[in-house]
Amino acid sequence: MSVTAAPAHVRPPEPRPSAWIAWVASARAWLFLALLVAGFEVWAQTSFQATFIGNIFNIRSIAVFAVAPLLLAIGQTFVIISGGIDLSVGFTMGLAAVVVSHVANLATPVIGDVPGLIVACAAAIGVSIIPGLVNGFLIAWLRVPPFIGTLGMFGVARGVAFLLAGGTTVPVSNDALSYLGNGSIAGFPVVVLLTIAAMLVLHYLLGQTRFGQYVYAIGGNRAATVRAGINVRGVTLRIYVLSAVCAGIGGILYAGRFSAGAAQAGEPLLLDSIAAVVIGGASLFGGSGTIVGTLIGALIVAVIQYGLVFIDVEAFWQFVVVGVVIIISVLVDQSQRKGGRVDE
Amino acid sequence: MSENGAVLLEARKISKRFGGVHALEDVDFRLHAGEVVALAGDNGAGKSTLIKIISGVFPPDSGEIAFQGEQIALANPQDARTRGIETIYQDLALADNLDVGANVFLGREPMTRRFGLPVIDRRRMRQEAARTLDTLDIGLDRLDRPVRALSGGQRQCVAIGRALHWQARVMIMDEPTAALGVPEQRKVLALIHSLKARGVGIIFISHNLQDIFAASDRIVVLRRGVNAGERATADANPDEVVRMMVG
Repeated sequence: MSVTAAPAHVRPPEPRPSAWIAWVASARAWLFLALLVAGFEVWAQTSFQATFIGNIFNIRSIAVFAVAPLLLAIGQTFVIISGGIDLSVGFTMGLAAVVVSHVANLATPVIGDVPGLIVACAAAIGVSIIPGLVNGFLIAWLRVPPFIGTLGMFGVARGVAFLLAGGTTVPVSNDALSYLGNGSIAGFPVVVLLTIAAMLVLHYLLGQTRFGQYVYAIGGNRAATVRAGINVRGVTLRIYVLSAVCAGIGGILYAGRFSAGAAQAGEPLLLDSIAAVVIGGASLFGGSGTIVGTLIGALIVAVIQYGLVFIDVEAFWQFVVVGVVIIISVLVDQSQRKGGRVDE
Repeated sequence: MSENGAVLLEARKISKRFGGVHALEDVDFRLHAGEVVALAGDNGAGKSTLIKIISGVFPPDSGEIAFQGEQIALANPQDARTRGIETIYQDLALADNLDVGANVFLGREPMTRRFGLPVIDRRRMRQEAARTLDTLDIGLDRLDRPVRALSGGQRQCVAIGRALHWQARVMIMDEPTAALGVPEQRKVLALIHSLKARGVGIIFISHNLQDIFAASDRIVVLRRGVNAGERATADANPDEVVRMMVG
């Protein structure tokens, strides 16, 4: 029994990436966004002698475009950092859009626009919390894999939303609600301002509070987090409820913007929201990610989508491009894992 | 060190059965302040069952545990930790994606206020973690990097530093030197000596007899759930210990 021969399982020193590679890795989302914008700008200038990004209408459109995926994505950021995934957000959003429309239609004639909106929003948020609670319970207590648990809730929320909507869209008439969806303050769309506010709150929660710290810790090492005496189940439950509430807010803003609630309101946004999170630098293995990164990711997705429309590419290509970008982002993340992680 | 020699932890006539299997039967165990006791035994000897009882993972079927002269019943591992009985696990210890300060303070983050909002005081976590690690002579160049950038031995040291920071009186180390390179093993053994000097009692589980002899003051051997003997390390020789282990 000799200790002079180094055992075979000695951990090799991890390679230290050089500073500029680390910088590129941490700034890759910014760089990608800048390249995209530059690319569309060049295309617009050469093809139709117009400016892409210099046009305030385009910027506004991209911002409004980015709002719904971003709302889902900031909640999804917490989920993904904790090592999970929430596939149910799209239909939770649809459910909230349907509920807010129904309740606003019932309440507005009785108590007026603003109180009607408040009641409708409370109902929509209240209902959207339910899938979050179920997800959190399944994942934290019953240890159902997040992918499966939230896939089940995807089906349930979808079915219930279509049932409540009677299989169709629910028109809503409430002036306060359509102000939320279409109004603007000093030139800034209300939806954008509300989304910025939600983003700031979540940025604070994730970066500055114990809750946020434990979200990272769970994603980094769940067992160590349990051992540190942290109520991991409670934190996990709150993560999924937070994600569902973000989706609920997204549903309310959708109903405001289109004056109608639709069960399929958030259907295409699941892909966009996960794309925003992983493009923004979060790892699907958990443990890393930021709200700022997710913001950039959501802007990238919105620029791709809006830019493709702008340069007259068939709309369905958007899905193809966003899907490819997700895969590339995950590949980049994996390759970094192998070579010792550099981003944080 | 005035506390040296005082009995820190005493387990008397501990028995534990799992189904029909006697994992432990009337096992006695004693640990003094500033003492390193190596717990030796073959697989299935009951080492980990005893450790789990001492660290609150499950209660004994019979027998009692006294800690600092007071009879205790541990409800769960958290209870043991708050009393100052810490278990250092090789892999379960740290969240790789957090920095050293965040790991040392995990679950007990100090808060401060910024712009009227309560925020985690990261600077304080880093400074206090650095101070604790310094007193243990654990030199880390960067405390603001995720601990995944650290070597296995450095992580082990951070885990031990965390336990010490939170006033652990008893540290249970399960194979603390496994999976470490030789210089790292030395570092951990040196750290154990430094903890000893502070009056911490250490229960040291290892399969490596050389480490056991290098680090411990006393060797307690279990065999098939019963006390098989114990020796002061200075008076023991490896062959004798192996004989006690295998019977």
